[in-house]
Amino acid sequence: MKLDDLINHSSEWLKGTGPNSDIVISSRIRLARNLEKIPFPHWANKKQSEGVLNTITDAAGKVDYFKSTVTFKLADLDSIDKQFLIERHLMSYEHAQKADQKAVIIDTEEILSIMLNEEDHIRMQVMQSGFNLFEAWNIINKLDDCLAKELSFAFLADWGYLTACPTNTGTAMRGSVMLHLPALVMTTQINRVLAAIAKLSFTTRGLYGEGTQATGNFFQVSNQVSLGLSEDDIIENINGLIRQIIEQESQAREMMLSRNRAVLEDRINRSFGILKSAHIITSQETIELLSMVRLGCDLGMVKDLDRRTINELFITTQPAHLQKLESKKLSSQERDVKRAELIRSRLIKS
Amino acid sequence: MLCDICGKNPATVHLTEIIDDSMNELHLCEECAHQKSLQMDQHFGLSDLLGGLAEFEKPAKEKEAAVTVKCANCGLTYTDFKKIGRLGCSECYRTFKKYLGPLLKKVHGSIIHFGKSPFKVARVLDKRGDLQALRNQLQKAIETEAFEDAAKIRDKIKELEKKQPQNNSGS
Repeated sequence: MKLDDLINHSSEWLKGTGPNSDIVISSRIRLARNLEKIPFPHWANKKQSEGVLNTITDAAGKVDYFKSTVTFKLADLDSIDKQFLIERHLMSYEHAQKADQKAVIIDTEEILSIMLNEEDHIRMQVMQSGFNLFEAWNIINKLDDCLAKELSFAFLADWGYLTACPTNTGTAMRGSVMLHLPALVMTTQINRVLAAIAKLSFTTRGLYGEGTQATGNFFQVSNQVSLGLSEDDIIENINGLIRQIIEQESQAREMMLSRNRAVLEDRINRSFGILKSAHIITSQETIELLSMVRLGCDLGMVKDLDRRTINELFITTQPAHLQKLESKKLSSQERDVKRAELIRSRLIKS
Repeated sequence: MLCDICGKNPATVHLTEIIDDSMNELHLCEECAHQKSLQMDQHFGLSDLLGGLAEFEKPAKEKEAAVTVKCANCGLTYTDFKKIGRLGCSECYRTFKKYLGPLLKKVHGSIIHFGKSPFKVARVLDKRGDLQALRNQLQKAIETEAFEDAAKIRDKIKELEKKQPQNNSGS
């Protein structure tokens, strides 16, 4: 598989199915692992980092699970390639900075991705569509067991897995759930909800993880504490919180339907109308309008359009994806035209 | 002189920015300076926060000792850690154990791991005397009045004791 093959392929987590997929886009579990005694990536020299890269890719080669994976060395990728992987949530923004001795391993279904030499030697993630953290955990747990047989991971009996940053020590696990909360935003209840999440030591981020702002009513909620609780307990705690947020969003949606149905229908259909007729559109506007159309889809107001098509548009309308689709570099103005073209072609049924 | 940002109001604040290797002088009006300082606050990252947390209350003598401690495996000093907010290697956790304990407690509210272990996979559960280590942890937890942790450790010990005969025959 080549990187460019991914463009015509739809990631597993975008399929728009799974539990509560009207409100929950995707669930993700990330584990951090390091090799014993070898300096963490930020403190390692070139030779040590190269050694890490080889040791881990060799180990992965011995594990059956990695048969359908492909490894990309970051030094071999250009800036559009890197941005493309970030947009697909297969790699972090941080990983793309300073490409030396770094790699990313992904499987063909895009369920699994492993960043080598990011903040830790290994950062692996498993993504699932819908509200499905335990399924993601089951997959990544087995994978971690397989790797643990081949590699000696840095671990202390009382402190757990050792990571470059002490905020990840312990289980070194981060569970994240991507939520679509348009009704809580429109009814201005979202700040109350976000404040409550922060009080319970969970964090909220935007569509692209750390340091990004929430746009288009998308919020990523994840645990902050990784030591003192088992992986199952951490997931159970996130699940409990997410169930409450889902409940609140559902109530807000119902309230808007019963009190302001016409206003809601107007907003959703206007958004749909703009997307179907615009000839120039920015990615920011696209995300905001698609968010409304997705809500319309969930509420049965937008017919003949499935969630998967909308989910895919969130990703394929991003800058690097548009340039991959056109197989050339595009200026921002050119992208706005191509983006509008792509959206029209997907939304208008011939 | 007018403000470099808005170009309208007179510049009353003079700022020197050093980003990587380049130095930049800015002359700003009060309003733009305020905006700029808000932006700078956002750059205040996790490492600053950790560095601050690492400056826990300790008698001055111990603090000085911490500064000079150096990891024999990777050469990172405790001062380096406070500056960059990242440790150098897994051995740093052993080297700075005394100082990291309180930090972990502040960040996570606990200093005892309850999750999975890589050794269970390799069937060398007793490699580090797990059961004894747990009993020591239990003692520590009781001494520091971390009763929630203590209860969890007690359950873990019970669970291990139940499994013990099986493990012996299996390994």
